[in-house]
Order: sequence, then C-alpha cells, then structure tokens
Amino acid sequence: MNQMAEPLVFRFDVDGDNFTSAGQASVQVKKNLRQLGIDPETIRRVSIAMYEGEINMVIHAKGGQADVIVSDGCIEIILADKGPGIANIEQAMQEGFSTAPDNIRSLGFGAGMGLPNMKRYTDEMQIDSVVGEGTTITMKVKY
Amino acid sequence: MNTYIHSVALDPSKCTGCTTCMKHCPTEAIRIRNGCAVIDSERCIDCGECIRNCPNNAKKSICNSFDEIKKYKFKIALPAPALFAQFDNLDNIGYVLQGLLDIGFDDVFEVSKGAELVSSYTRLYLQTEGIKKPVISTACPVVTRLIVLRFPFLKDNLIPLLPPMEVAARLARERALKEHPELKREDIGVCFISPCPAKMSYARNGFGSYKSEVDLVISMSEIYLQLINVMKREKLCEVSSEAGRIGLSWAICGGEGSALFNDKILAADGINNVISVLDQIEDGNIPPIDFVELNACPSGCVGGVLTIENPYVAKNRLHTLRRYMPVSLNKSEDDEGYIPHECFFTDLPNYNPLNRLSDNIGESMRLMSKIQAVRKELPGIDCGSCGAPNCRAFAEDIVMGHADRKDCVIAYKELLKRYLNENSGGDSVDGE
Repeated sequence: MNQMAEPLVFRFDVDGDNFTSAGQASVQVKKNLRQLGIDPETIRRVSIAMYEGEINMVIHAKGGQADVIVSDGCIEIILADKGPGIANIEQAMQEGFSTAPDNIRSLGFGAGMGLPNMKRYTDEMQIDSVVGEGTTITMKVKY
Repeated sequence: MNTYIHSVALDPSKCTGCTTCMKHCPTEAIRIRNGCAVIDSERCIDCGECIRNCPNNAKKSICNSFDEIKKYKFKIALPAPALFAQFDNLDNIGYVLQGLLDIGFDDVFEVSKGAELVSSYTRLYLQTEGIKKPVISTACPVVTRLIVLRFPFLKDNLIPLLPPMEVAARLARERALKEHPELKREDIGVCFISPCPAKMSYARNGFGSYKSEVDLVISMSEIYLQLINVMKREKLCEVSSEAGRIGLSWAICGGEGSALFNDKILAADGINNVISVLDQIEDGNIPPIDFVELNACPSGCVGGVLTIENPYVAKNRLHTLRRYMPVSLNKSEDDEGYIPHECFFTDLPNYNPLNRLSDNIGESMRLMSKIQAVRKELPGIDCGSCGAPNCRAFAEDIVMGHADRKDCVIAYKELLKRYLNENSGGDSVDGE
C-alpha cells in the first residue's frame, strides 16, 4: 500500500523592521528540506524565493507570516502580510521597478528584483493584494 | 555506510558530560549519553570546536606521533606556514627550517611554497571565461567537507585545485626522487606539520577519488616541543625560506585572498561565520565577488587547535616576520608555475546530506511531523540536560529512537510534582 504522507507545514513569523533577523526563516526552511531529503536544486529555489519574500515583508509590510507546506511533489510557500498592499501588480512585477524608500536602498536592497526573482525561481506564483489591507503571495515549487 | 575516518576523538576518562562541546558543535554531532560525550561520525566535520571549548581537555585530536617518521628512510617535513608564528622573536624562518633538519628530517618543503603556486594559478583561473563565481577556496578541509555535506549547490564554485598541502606534498616527493634516484617511492615519508585535526582527516580520507600524498600528520604542538630544544640563535643559519610574503600570509585569514591582487574578494573566519557566508552565497544574496576565502578557525590557520600561540599574537608575529620578506619566491616565470596535474581534481565527493531522516521523502515527512508534534510538548528552553543540544534535536532523537522522553528533566520534574500532589493526602494515613 502506498500511502500518501500528510502535508507538512512549517510556520514562521517574520519580524518587521528587523533586518538582522531577515533571512532566518529561509535558512531554517533549508535545514528542514535537507532533512526531508529534497534535492538540492529544489531547496535552493525555495530558499531564494522565500528569502526575497521575507525581505519584502520586512521592507514594505512590517513583517507577516510565512508558511511552507511540503506535500508529495510540491512545496508551497504562502507569504501573508497586513501591509499597504500592491497598487499595480503588473508594474510591481517588472524588473527594476521599486517603491523601496531611500533608507532601504542605501542598505543594498530595493533593486526591483524581489518579485521577478520569486517568479523566476518558482513554477507558479499568485499575488492577491488589496490596497490598505495586505498582500498574500502563493508560490509553488514542484519537485 | 559511513567510512569517513575522523581525527577528533574523546577521552572518556576526562569527560564529565558537561554539555559544553555539545552546545558548541556547529553540526549538532555531539550527544551526551550516560554522562559522557559521544560524537556522531556522520555529522562531524572535524572543525575542532569541541577541542577548543572543552573545559576538561577531554577532546583530542588523533595525529601521528613524531616517532613514526622513523618508519621511513627519507623523511620530508612539510611545515604549514602557521608554524613560523609560534616562536617569539623569530626574525628568520631559516632557523625553524634548520631546526626541522636537526630533529631528524632529511628535507623540508614549505607548504607556503605550494601556496604561492596555488595563488598564481588562482589569479589565472579567475580570468577564465564561464567559471562559476564566486570561486571558493579549497584550502580549508573543514570547508570543503561542509560544502559536500551541506551546500552541494556550491560544489562547482570550488576552485578545481587541491590545497597547498597536497601540491607541496607531491612536489616534495618528486624533488626527493629526482635528487636521490636510489630511493623508492615508499622509502619517502612526507610529513605535514599541522595546525588542526581536519588536515589529518583529509590526509587519511583524501578528497573524492583523490588519495592524499601526505603520509604522516604530526601536530604542530608536538613538533614545537621538539624544535625549541634544538633552535639556537648563535648557530649560523644555513637554510633559507623558499617562499615569500604571499605564501606565509596563507596562515592568516585574508592572506590567501590578498594574494589575488583583486578587490572583489571576501574572507571569513570562524566556523559559524563560514556557514552564514555559505548560506548567503547559496541564496544568491551576496554582492558580485570573484573569490571567497573561508577559514573554519578564528583568524585562519593560526587559530587551529593544535597551535601553541594565541591566534592574535601569532598574527602579529607573522606581520613582523613578513616585513623583511620578498613578496613571492614563486618562480612561475621560469618554470611556468609547475603544479603536478594530479593536483587538479575533476570529481568531487558525493553529496551526502547531513541528518537526512530517511531515504524516502514520504517517510521523512511522516517522521518530521512526529518530530514537530513532540517538539511542541517540550519546554523549549534548550538546556541540554537531556543530552541533546536543543529541544528540537531532542525531539528528533526521540522520534528516531535514540532518546527517551523521560530524559527531559523539566518534563520529569512536572511528573514528579504531579505525583507528589496526587499523593499528598497519604501523609495522614501514614501518621495513624
């Protein structure tokens, strides 16, 4: 009998306005996926997408919640925040477009590659955003 | 099957089971079982952190003893450049080289000389089109093992050249065979004088399919004790160093990088810093750089656990020592920077991930969700009393059948409290 395993959920609170801890969730996810025996290339894709998303949540939304759901053949990353929302998603997806404030750019972030990179490293990406309420990004990486 | 031979070991008679080493182990390879530390050889990367931190000197490095050189007809010493930083008021490396001959070696081949060849090759390699950047140094054996175990995506970033120790070992043997045609290969003992246990593991295990050319690895502290007896300032120093500043500087963090005359380099030291740099490179979260030099020990090789001197004092000494030295004595112009072709590697050790729960992903997922459930019930204070470095590792040990939930002292205390509460009414019965 080939029983399907229950999906595994890893949940992380992403601390807003704290650059020192930004990226911690993606490092932890990497460790967990390695333990599961997921192939290195998939781990890298998940980790890059996750890292970019984490940084976005810190810069724009004062943090939020990151869920990584591992099921058979697919890793889903759901990043939910209660930030300002994205007014024009199409524009936000363009490489180089950025609304990051100067103090963030001076730290080397805000190059306008976050969302495009997330799309590039994942198989599916969906953005649900309401201005003034928040943004939820759902990404899927198949393995 | 785990066939990796380690050189970090424990002296059970000295271990008090205090949890210090377990807390410092960067790969969570140590557990305390029955009051004594136990090292999981699959996870151990021979970084020596446990040796460095053990308050009871119960962790030791297994090296060859100095006496073992007698097995060989022709003995060659390969001093790591960190050796020259161990002596107070040393103004000429020649005294140390002469000392090595005086204690019984027939020839000395400085690893710094090999390092200069590796440096000049690296300068050329960085200009090659199509290579994966940043290029990562292979000098530190802890780092190369860590990449193989944990960062397989970065395997292709490694420069395809073996570390200076191996380059020097091959060249030393070739030189001996040429100068003494009567010698057979097995008559020659190539003996590396090491600042760290990881070099011993490297010499024993090789790298991928490559077998090390180093026959013996002797600890720097043991050689130091031999050397101070014979090194005399009054004696005229007849030997002189075959390397320059570049080779010598490899002993300290940043030395290998600075030899590249390139400002797009990054040098990190200390095992935890090394791990976070590798994590950042893997996530693509690093500015464009050409070369990354990583040293597991603080300050570089001078911080190795088999050295005598405090790494910062050692660093200062090297700065003084190299002031009077030429930049490099690498004669790459006239002999084309000869490096034996065997020193270039094409195959790497297989990716062998640390702590994989099972070979089947579905089974791993089931195990991990059990671990998550057990972890939620644990106190989360990571005290280490159970014998695991933190509650998450303990949960994993419980699920994998290596530990018992009752080993958690906090949970045990709760149990005891409950028992006492439930039975507190019994006193009056006893008093009857």
